[in-house]
Amino acid sequence: MIYQGKQKIWSDYQKEIPDDHWYYVRSCIRQNFFPGSERMFLEICKDVLGKDFYENEHHTTCGGIAYHCDTIPQETAMTIVARQFALMTEAGYENYVASCITSFGNYTEILETWNEFPELETRIREMLWKACRKEFNKPKYLAHSSDLIYKYRNEIAEKAAFRLVNKKTGEPLRVVEHIGCHYAKMFPSKGVGGAEYPYVLAGMIDAWGGEVIDYPERRHCCGYGFRQYHVKANRGYSLSNTHKKFESMEPYKPDMIITNCPGCPYFLDRWQYVIAEMEGKTYGQNGFGIPVFTYEEVAGLVLGYDPWDLGLQLHQVAVEPLLDKIGIEYSPEDKYKGLNKKDIMRPELPAGIKCF
Amino acid sequence: MSIFGFRISPSSAINLDKVDRTRFEELCRIEPDAMRCMACGSCSATCPAATFSGMSVRKVLLNLQRGKEEEAFRLMSNCMLCGKCTMVCPRGINTRHIILSICRIYEKEAGR
Amino acid sequence: MKEIVVIIGGGIAGLEAASQLLKLGYSPIIIEKEDHLGGKVANWHKLFPDMTPAKDIVDELIASSKDSNIFLNTEISFINRLQDSYNIKLSNGISIMTKYILCTTGFRLFEAEKKEEYGYGIYNQVITNGDLEHWFNTGKDERIENSSMQAIGFVHCVGSRDEKARNSQCSKVCCITAIKQAIELKEKFPDAQIYCFYMDLRLFGKKFEDFYIKAQKDYGIHFIRGRVSEVSENIEGKVIVKAEDTLAGKPIKVTLDLLVLMSGMVCNPDTHKMAGMMALQVDSDGFLKSHDNVFHITSSTKKGIFYAGACTGPKTVPETLAEARSAVLDIHSQIISGQ
Repeated sequence: MIYQGKQKIWSDYQKEIPDDHWYYVRSCIRQNFFPGSERMFLEICKDVLGKDFYENEHHTTCGGIAYHCDTIPQETAMTIVARQFALMTEAGYENYVASCITSFGNYTEILETWNEFPELETRIREMLWKACRKEFNKPKYLAHSSDLIYKYRNEIAEKAAFRLVNKKTGEPLRVVEHIGCHYAKMFPSKGVGGAEYPYVLAGMIDAWGGEVIDYPERRHCCGYGFRQYHVKANRGYSLSNTHKKFESMEPYKPDMIITNCPGCPYFLDRWQYVIAEMEGKTYGQNGFGIPVFTYEEVAGLVLGYDPWDLGLQLHQVAVEPLLDKIGIEYSPEDKYKGLNKKDIMRPELPAGIKCF
Repeated sequence: MSIFGFRISPSSAINLDKVDRTRFEELCRIEPDAMRCMACGSCSATCPAATFSGMSVRKVLLNLQRGKEEEAFRLMSNCMLCGKCTMVCPRGINTRHIILSICRIYEKEAGR
Repeated sequence: MKEIVVIIGGGIAGLEAASQLLKLGYSPIIIEKEDHLGGKVANWHKLFPDMTPAKDIVDELIASSKDSNIFLNTEISFINRLQDSYNIKLSNGISIMTKYILCTTGFRLFEAEKKEEYGYGIYNQVITNGDLEHWFNTGKDERIENSSMQAIGFVHCVGSRDEKARNSQCSKVCCITAIKQAIELKEKFPDAQIYCFYMDLRLFGKKFEDFYIKAQKDYGIHFIRGRVSEVSENIEGKVIVKAEDTLAGKPIKVTLDLLVLMSGMVCNPDTHKMAGMMALQVDSDGFLKSHDNVFHITSSTKKGIFYAGACTGPKTVPETLAEARSAVLDIHSQIISGQ
């Protein structure tokens, strides 16, 4: 691996990300999958770094899942997105940041389509007006929320309580980064670092002390794919993709995985349990899996937040071995206590993969 | 074990790292022309068995090279040794002779 | 007074043209931006299909054109069109007046790093056709010396016939070059399995088909019809290549000790600069546009300006030499008819 070659590509694919004043839209599924992540994003940006991030309760789905499943036409998806932009305009913002990778891809695709076909934009403006009497400006800057954490990675590192380093050995942790397909594969120039060698997560890992692993199936899909997972007949196909990635990363002995997509961390996490059940195989050390995190969760850990406040008890793969490696303290008995120490009940533990 | 109702699909990809070339190389020593096929498809187009069975000398040679020997044998079982493929091959490959050599080499290996 | 002909580019086309012009009694001036003559061929080791040493050809051309006026390390600052001649100002301060300019500015190898998915400049064991010739010439390349060489791959059409790389043209010589280089590597590493990944094999020239059959039959080189989709590196530093074996209708993958990218021919960017100075037409493929592509390939649409070699499109060495002679004959005809 020639590191300078990657640096050259990274310098070719830098996008302009304004420092402040963003209109934030959430993902449809992330709050269920990894409930601490979006809250942590806003907390880091607003409270820790003192930036202006605004969200309101009126925004909806971007229509991305329905669009990619062919259940709504593109004009419908565009009108939904136009309404989101109208909410941003009404709130007085020009920079738009999406929490979801598919939304980010969807917004990018729609803005590019309007650039190429201005008559379509005119029609959507008419449709939006007819539907709900709203008008909109297009965002001046569009970002995915991982772009922002990437942008703030050094500020976060300065405030860090922990680094991605093995406390006992002093060695950097070996980190796999997994980028959602819709981040840059459709429009390579819109992602930090491009599509083939994205830097958005690698930059965070670098800044926070870890070592990035480049394994053969790095570019491969996590296996979610809306049409794969949601149709049960195709679900084995979804699992097979994840299995292929784990088989490929296994020799590198990764300590953890960081992702920037709503679906990827969920499937990379949960399928490890299914693979353990089906094949009797686990990929971490001593019968554990490889813990999978969102970038906000990792930022939260680095900044010293309590792992259970970050929602890490909702992961399938036990995160405790990693917390021990970094030296993050946690209370095992508080793992299944929610807000105000409310008991959220203990799940049944699987046999094939070690969990707490 | 839990019943999920779905499973890990086996990969359909050809993995060249795992192909055992011993027998194909032996074939090439006896039949150097086996490597000269350029996949024009003349043999399959003229083969009287092709339309009913899928027999194709080009596919037999390719399957052997890619380690898919069972598939090659399945195709070859439909060959009637009529020799039309030899007649049309633009590179003058003695396909009929190659088929007989394949039978000899691979049967010897399989102990048949 | 001997008629002056300015030749822009001291590669094989320029040298052959100079040599022929000298024989006809004219006074050629060669302007070369590099510090040596012979252009791209001077960096090559052996030429298909007879395995002629490239050095022999270049040395012979340099010897036969040595009586020309030659400016090395020299570029063109500007060119002014006068009534019926051109005033050329060189970067060394010299000005030349001439009625006849021959452009032999050649080509540039496609920058393989632009095909990011192939990992040139990122994965150690990925090299280009140019790097391989350099190794044949010098014997120095750590990437080749320090590896076991059990499996080697060639990717045809890197940056050729590829609209994503903005080059839709076929580079013409890469198929035969890959076969030549595959044979040369097989001779050096007889135990290695060698795979050529191609989209089409375009082997049009004399003896090329024989060369292809020899590669298949005598050297056992595997030809896989399918374009490589992506390259990655495994934990041992070997490269993993994925493609579709389109003849088998299945995805295919293989682990290799060395991957050679057949970078295609694209137009030299300096040619565009020069074309701008003389208002010459550039074709849709980025190469200079000939008067027409059948009868007057060596003529431009401007009076007194001629082309030879790869500045108008990918060419083999014999085609380039033939065009240089043909262009000289065109210039000669114009001079004697007093135009």
